[in-house]
Amino acid sequence: MIEVHKLTKVYTTPSQEIVALDNVSLSVEKGEIFGIIGLSGAGKSTLIRCINMLEKPTKGSVVIDGIDMTALQPRDLRTARQKIGMIFQHFNLLSSRTVFANVLFPLEIAGVPKKDAYKRVKELLELVGLADKAESYPSQLSGGQKQRVGIARALANSPKVLLSDEATSALDPQTTRSILDLLKDINRRFNLTILLITHDMNVIKESCDRVAVIDDSRIVELGRVIDVFSSPQTATSRSFVGNVINRELPDQLPRPPVGQIAGGVRRLLRVSFIGETAGKPLISSMIKKFDVDANILYGNIDRIKDTPFGYLTLEVSGSPDQVAESLSYLRGHGLEMEMIADA
Amino acid sequence: MLNLGADPWMTSKVMIATWETIYMVAVSTFFSYLVGLPLGVVLVATTEGHILENKGVNQVLGSIVNAVRSVPFIIFLILIIPLTRLVTGTFIGTVASIVPLTLAAIPFVARLVETSLKEIEWGLIEAALSMGANAWQVISKVLLPEAMPSLVLGVAITIINLVGYSAMAGIVGGGGLGTLAYYYGYQRYENGIMWITVILLLILVQLVQMLGDTLAAKISGRRR
Ligand SMILES: Nc1ncnc2c1ncn2[C@@H]1O[C@H](COP(=O)(O)OP(=O)(O)OP(=O)(O)O)[C@@H](O)[C@H]1O
Ligand SMILES: [Mg+2]
Repeated sequence: MIEVHKLTKVYTTPSQEIVALDNVSLSVEKGEIFGIIGLSGAGKSTLIRCINMLEKPTKGSVVIDGIDMTALQPRDLRTARQKIGMIFQHFNLLSSRTVFANVLFPLEIAGVPKKDAYKRVKELLELVGLADKAESYPSQLSGGQKQRVGIARALANSPKVLLSDEATSALDPQTTRSILDLLKDINRRFNLTILLITHDMNVIKESCDRVAVIDDSRIVELGRVIDVFSSPQTATSRSFVGNVINRELPDQLPRPPVGQIAGGVRRLLRVSFIGETAGKPLISSMIKKFDVDANILYGNIDRIKDTPFGYLTLEVSGSPDQVAESLSYLRGHGLEMEMIADA
Repeated sequence: MLNLGADPWMTSKVMIATWETIYMVAVSTFFSYLVGLPLGVVLVATTEGHILENKGVNQVLGSIVNAVRSVPFIIFLILIIPLTRLVTGTFIGTVASIVPLTLAAIPFVARLVETSLKEIEWGLIEAALSMGANAWQVISKVLLPEAMPSLVLGVAITIINLVGYSAMAGIVGGGGLGTLAYYYGYQRYENGIMWITVILLLILVQLVQMLGDTLAAKISGRRR
């Protein structure tokens, strides 16, 4: 649905050239919620603004539903933009208009006949749960309500994709969750493609199917959210994952010595559970089956979008054969595992 | 105190002069906005990175505006007499005053409008652009409505300025309260008339400011 190909954006200021995006490529499938995460200044906003040409890319192309955005004449670009919804961190609602008129705004721009437009606005306000606020002004709304208006407005012209630039960053955690739930609901109901950027891994965890990690103008990692959570490949990703799920053994916990011990070996491993494996009593059956000792040092269970997911730091000891067999048993049941080196 | 009631002739003189001032100011406010408002919009829209970015147009218009604004009004008044004559056939009286008043107010209005429009958050403009708005839609649906309270205050400031300018024009025969004060107050040493014009001007200015404030507050109040 969205094809970004070798996108480069250089800002030229009087004093210097800033490379905000360096040869970025990604592709977002139809009906997917795709997240982009990165630290402040990484180039996230630049990327999302290049997609609807609010910024003109220096090099590369952006193709949305078969239309090459970089090649459009101003007039065609405006028409194409009507089918790309966008929501913003600071909502950007018009203070001069009521909630109703704010949602009407994009329909006015598109020249939708009044009767149809009014009907559409009513539908949208129902959808976002603000039918009773139609005649309020934005300043009379809470942040969460404002963002709902923003979402209704972005959906007015039935866009093909929805772009979200830090749409929950100005909201408290609970409101953030309700907005993400609304986005997920819209995504499911209308099979709407959503590209969202954030610096909060929680947002990715709760709503996205895939994620690209952007660091210093480049994509350093891209994959299914579950994969990035279970085995982050770069330091940047590890630190983002670490902000949400603690993978590391906390320092204050005593670490048992590993390796050769009296009567066998001891291994320290980190196991990650995904989906249905998280629900199975694999550890206890392993203990019974192979007659090893297992001790859970640290654990953490959570959900990624709708999939259960967790980490467990486990100490397993027994005879070398027993331990080796137990580990392959766990692996055989689809658990990701990682040996923790002796500290 | 000023013994005006006893002199019906003088009372009607004052009333006519007041009316002339109001008339001059109203007409020149109208015409100065007719040109100054679009000019202010263009000044904003043609700045770098804005919806109609155009360095050349912006610099040329900006320089003209600055040039006119840097000429003191009393000199401007004399400077453009030929033009005034050309347009109105005369250079004294209320109708003739409207020409210099309007011309002097246009750049003033343009800068006021520019300032009001520049206060608008760029995010709002960007949101409209992201929906596919064209430049005209951004101007008519975002810039002007969002800046309305501030624009209304600008109109009040312009009117008040023009009241002052019209008094200056009055001294060189422009009519209105200025002429009245000059003839009777200055040339004939009738202090009473002088004070009456001062009080009338004061009331006019207060009234306009109050009206402007109320209207602006009402507009932004509705949005609050
Ligand atoms: N209009 C501009 N002119 C010059 N430099 C810019 C401009 N916009 C962004 N930059 C620079 O480009 C880089 C990337 O900025 P961008 O806004 O895309 O970051 P971001 O990842 O969205 O950060 P944040 O999380 O703070 O919003 C930064 O170094 C920024 O200073
Ligand atoms: Mg940003």
